[in-house]
Parts: sequence; C-alpha cells; structure tokens
Amino acid sequence: MASMTMIQALNSALDTMMERDPNVLTFGEDVGYFGGVFKVTEHLQTKYGKKRCFDAPINENGIAAVAVGMAAYGLRPVIEIQFADYMYPAYDQLVSEAARIRYRSAGDFTVPMTVRMPYGGGIRGGQTHSQSPESLFTHVAGLKTVIPSTPYDAKGLLISCIEDDDPTIFMEPKRIYNGPFDGFHDRQVSPWSKHAASDVPEGYYKIPLGKANIVRPGEAVTVLAYGTMVHVALAAAKESGIDAEVIDLRTLVPVDIETIVASVEKTGRCVIVHEATRTSGYGAELSALVQEHCFYKLEAPIERVTGYDTPYPHSLEWEYFPTPPRIIKAMRRVTEV
Amino acid sequence: MDDMSSRKPNALDLHVPAPRARPGDKPDFSGWSFPEPGDTPRPDIDEPAHDLREYAYGLIRVMDMEGNALGPWTPQIAPEKLRRAIKYMLLTRAYDERMHRAQRQGKTSFYMQCLGEEAIAIAQTMALNADDMCFPSYRQQGILIARDYPLIDMMHQVYSNASDPMKGRQLPVMYSSKKDAFFTISGNLATQVPQAVGWAMASAYSGDGRIASTWLGEGSTAEGDFHAAMTFAAVYKAPVIINVVNNQWAISSFQGIAGGENTTFAARGVGYGMPPLRVDGNDFLAVYAVTQWAAARARANLGPTLIEHFSYRAGPHSTSDDPARYRPGDEARLWPLGDPIERLKTHLISLGEWSEEQHKAAHEAALETVRTTGREAEKVGVLGPEAPPTHTRASMFEDVYKEMPWHLRQQRDEHGV
Repeated sequence: MASMTMIQALNSALDTMMERDPNVLTFGEDVGYFGGVFKVTEHLQTKYGKKRCFDAPINENGIAAVAVGMAAYGLRPVIEIQFADYMYPAYDQLVSEAARIRYRSAGDFTVPMTVRMPYGGGIRGGQTHSQSPESLFTHVAGLKTVIPSTPYDAKGLLISCIEDDDPTIFMEPKRIYNGPFDGFHDRQVSPWSKHAASDVPEGYYKIPLGKANIVRPGEAVTVLAYGTMVHVALAAAKESGIDAEVIDLRTLVPVDIETIVASVEKTGRCVIVHEATRTSGYGAELSALVQEHCFYKLEAPIERVTGYDTPYPHSLEWEYFPTPPRIIKAMRRVTEV
Repeated sequence: MDDMSSRKPNALDLHVPAPRARPGDKPDFSGWSFPEPGDTPRPDIDEPAHDLREYAYGLIRVMDMEGNALGPWTPQIAPEKLRRAIKYMLLTRAYDERMHRAQRQGKTSFYMQCLGEEAIAIAQTMALNADDMCFPSYRQQGILIARDYPLIDMMHQVYSNASDPMKGRQLPVMYSSKKDAFFTISGNLATQVPQAVGWAMASAYSGDGRIASTWLGEGSTAEGDFHAAMTFAAVYKAPVIINVVNNQWAISSFQGIAGGENTTFAARGVGYGMPPLRVDGNDFLAVYAVTQWAAARARANLGPTLIEHFSYRAGPHSTSDDPARYRPGDEARLWPLGDPIERLKTHLISLGEWSEEQHKAAHEAALETVRTTGREAEKVGVLGPEAPPTHTRASMFEDVYKEMPWHLRQQRDEHGV
C-alpha cells in the first residue's frame, strides 16, 4: 500500500495494465513525453516506449476514431481527452461508432476502448474547462459511464474499464485530483494523504462496474452523488448534522439500482446532487428511477441540487457550483416534510 | 435585394458552385483533359511523397478504348485471374440489378448499387491480400463478392430475414464480415476512414504484416473524419490506403460542392505529405496497378497513400432518389472513360483470352446465380409486415453490451419477449 493522489492512482492503474497486457496502449494530446497536462500518464513513455504512450494531434475526432480502429483490431486503447469540454468533436465516433459496433455487426466486431476525460468545475476553468457532460454519455445505448471519487476507486474502476469488452467512458473529477475538495472553496483543502481511500495497492485490483458504494450510512435521507459531489455531500451531512445516507454511484450506466432502492426504501427521502446542468441531466434519470421503484415509500418529493442551466460562468463559479449550503437546504426541505 | 444595379462597384459576391449540366442540358465534359493511356510514369514505391505531387493532377491510365494495355503501370495479371475479375464484375452488376428490383417490389426497405464503379472494389480486392483489412463505404459490395463471401448471406442481410448475419439490425447493404477482413459498414459517412487508420496503426504496433484499405466518396471528403484520418495516417505513417471514389455525384450535389472545382481530390494528399495517386477508376488494370503500388509501399513501412478513383456513378445514389431530377439522363452513357466491364471485356478479347460468346455465357451464368440464390434467400424471408418470431424480437435487446445489464433485461421483460 502507498498513499496516492487520484492522479497517482490513475497513473498506477495505467502502469499496472500496460505491464500486464501488451495490448494496452495510451495516447492523447500531450500524453507522451510530457505525461499529460494533469500528469496522469507521467513516466509511462519512458517505461513502455513511445509506441505505447504517445502524443496525438489536436483532433479529438481522430483520437476517438483511431482508438475505435485499434480496438477493432484487438488492442485495448486508453485515450485521454484533455478536458471533457473538448470531447464534442469525438462525440460522433463515440455515439455512432464505438457504442454501436457490437450491436450493428451482431457481435462480429467489438470495441474494448476506454475514454478518459477530466471533467467538472471548481478550478476557475471557465466555460471550456469546467463542464460535466456525463448525461450526454449516459443517454447513449452501448456506452458505460464511470466516475470515481477517491484514489482507491479511481484505480480499481479504471482497471475494470480497461478490461471491459465494451467501450467505457471514464470521467475524472479533476477538482479532486489532488485532494477531497468538499465544496468550501474558502477553506483549506485537505490532501489525499489524510484520507483513508488514498491507500492504494501498488498492484492489480478491480472495483466492479455497476456497484455503488455507501460512503456514509444514515437514516434520514438518501443523497445520490458521484465524483466531487460525493465529498461535498459528505461535508453537507457533517455541517448540518443531518443523518444522511450518502451513496457514491461510481458507475452511472449500468447504475446500481439495488443499492439505491434499498436506501430510499429505508429513508423515504432522496436528494440528488450533480455539477452538471439540471435539465435532462443525469439527476433526471435518477429521479425517475427512484420514483418508479420507491414511490410508495417516499415521504417527500425528490430534490435535485445541480449546476444551473447556464453555461459555466467564470467569475461566478461559486454561485454556480453546488455547495454544501445548497445541499443542506435541500436535505432540510425533504426531511422536514 | 435582387436589384444588382444597386450593388456598389467592387462589392463582394458569394460564389456557389453549380454543375455544367442539369436535367434538360447536354452533358458537358469539356473542362476535363486526361493524359493518354500509358503516358504516366510509374515511380518506385520508395519515392518521397514530395516528388509525387504531380500525380495528384494527372490521371493514371493503362487501357485505351480499343483494349490495349499501355505503359509502365501495366500490371502483370494472369489471364485466368482477369477472367475471374470480369466474372466478379458481372456478378456484382447482376446482384445489384436484382436487389434494386427487389426493393422496388417491396421486398426490402432500401438498396444501393455500385453501377459503373465495379472495377474499383474488385480490382483493389484482387490486388490486396485476402487478410488485408477493408473499411468500406456502402458502395464496395465488390469486395465481398471478390472475396467469395456467400452471395446468399448478402441477400439475407438485404432482406433482414431470419438468416441475416446482422440479425436485421442494419439497413440493407451495411454488411460486416470479420473473417473476410471486411469491417461493419456504418452508414454515417467517412467515420470508417480514421478507424481504418487506427486499425493500420494497431497492425504496425503489433508487428503484423496486414495493411488496411478504406473507401469514401468524394462528397464525404468534406467531413472532418477524412481530415482526421489524413492527419493521423501521415503523422504515424500508418500502413493504409485511403481511396476517394470520385463518382461525381453525392446524391444531387456535384463534386464541386465538395471542393472539386478548385483542385482534384487526390490533391488533398499533397498538403498532408502523402503520395496522391489519381487513377481512371473505370480502368481495371490501372486501379489494380496503383493498388499494388500503394500496398507495396505500405508493407515496406513507407506509410499511407491517397488514391482518387475518377469514375462516374451510373445509377442513382440509392433507391430513394431519381437522378433524372438533378442531372442529364445521358451523362452516364456519354461518360468519356466508358464502362468498366465493357473495357475489361474489350481488353481480354484483344488478348485473345475472352470472346463475345464467353462473355455472354458469363453474363447469363451471373444472372442465373443471382436468380437461384435469390429464390433461396426469399424462401427464408423478406422484410415484410408480418410480426417477426419471438426469438427475433428478443434479440433486439442483445449485443448492446457483451452482458445484458439490468435495465435492458427489465425493458425486454416489459416488452414481453
């Protein structure tokens, strides 16, 4: 065991898989010599050579398409989209191609590729370095969407994605790359080294896709979150003293419906938290699922705490970002019914 | 707004390209000039790309209209292989004719012929190795035919019947056959081109000997995917052949709408530092020869080649359009570079390796193959209004993922299958 940041854990996942499987290779913008703008691929080119870890032209369309072709050949490419905000040129290849090749060819061809992309705000990145486009992937049949919230999960989930025989979208909450940011931007952020989930095995392990994690058991209200918002929700529970059950979904598709239903049936209340814009966001799907499965156990309307339906604002970032006080308000509304 | 007299002197004016001839006009090919057959030199396969630029603006031709094979690009092909080639072309044309008609008879939803372009896919397939990976567009059915893929399976696919290898999931003609090194056809344009580059990079990464070849129309060279493919192929020297089939028409838009007024499509290769070969796509021998050249170059680790096949789409884009609505009816008949089957036939006869009688017999054999195979396929079923059997209905939920997740199981159960 070593104490790792999320960046180090992701790097360790790639290192572990490149060591184990010569079919695993990685590329993307600035991924090779420089090790990526966030350093997730640092030292991999030195260790594995430039054929297995290399720089790509600034063309996300091409990066995704080339990975589709490599995966169809039989490799397991892991591509980095430098910021999730840059993935739109790759979207056609992911939605119309990667996601559908198994289906349209009746299993003749498959696409075991992993698409890594840092996402989310709270880093003063403005509208082109802060977005959370996960629902653009969860809406697509044939893709799996995965978002970790700790270094331990990040490594185990990324390895599961690389070994998965279907295309996976692996979204990295970049605000918590270096520490579990809790949404209080005016407070000191604790480093990962002080967090239990920074203990990461050096070797191979997996966290199964489709399994959520109850990070805080509670009785009063179920809070569904993923990525950075897991830590913000935990802070909200701590600050408010509300006995919330905080569930880290870890995989958005396929989602762990059993864990969600068991929790909401116990608490009778549900708050959904995400950074992405609200309308047609993943919270809408979660809300529908909870309503379909738990309607007769619900004691209060389901609440969503999300980014607003605006482009990501630069200077007003902390007005936009779902902070603990907003989550606390929502939790109070549903628990005081 | 239209009062041109009120325009300021030196005012800007928007240029919108238009073809020389539309319905009711005489076909006009006067803007084009082609080198004589045999006149274009054949460079060594290791010639640097910057010394090959002029090929983008010429046209590699081997056969003259009397069937003589001329010049340094003349490939060495055994007469038996050429006879096989003409039979494949005749079979492809007969197959197209029958399936087009089947759509008109209501037996399927859609069909796309390759009428007039048969030489391209068939010559290239015969010049490549059987395990070289093809990433086709939707008009290269000749690849499967030249790889002896069962014609009946192509028909099952077009009919989306119970024996369709694609389980009825794809529009007709969107075949897939991994064992024949034929990638699943998308239906979205140009997406397969950068995928072919990725496949070729993977082949090179793995120390394989196989190369990739991909096809797209001149119209879809305007897509970003084409330029992504060109960039990646050039940057990583991918062992891939990128074929632009310039058949002049993208549905109703002439090639000028894709940029063909200003330069050739082969010239797209110049900017990427890629050998840009431009070939008469209706000349079987020339297409075969340039493919051999590009394949040898790729196999020698010398990287990709862009080939523009100058041809003419003699049929409609698909069963959904009527070319008489957007181009002169006799343009195909007057195409200055002729018909690919007629030209290979003339050549073979001039060699003394073929005859009118043999050709007639081969044509009838192709028609008979298509007829009997068609009857067999239709016995299995055609795309129709009857409800499909339950096992077919349940298959709708399969192959979305390797293992069916809970939400799809739930939806399948809700659907009652």
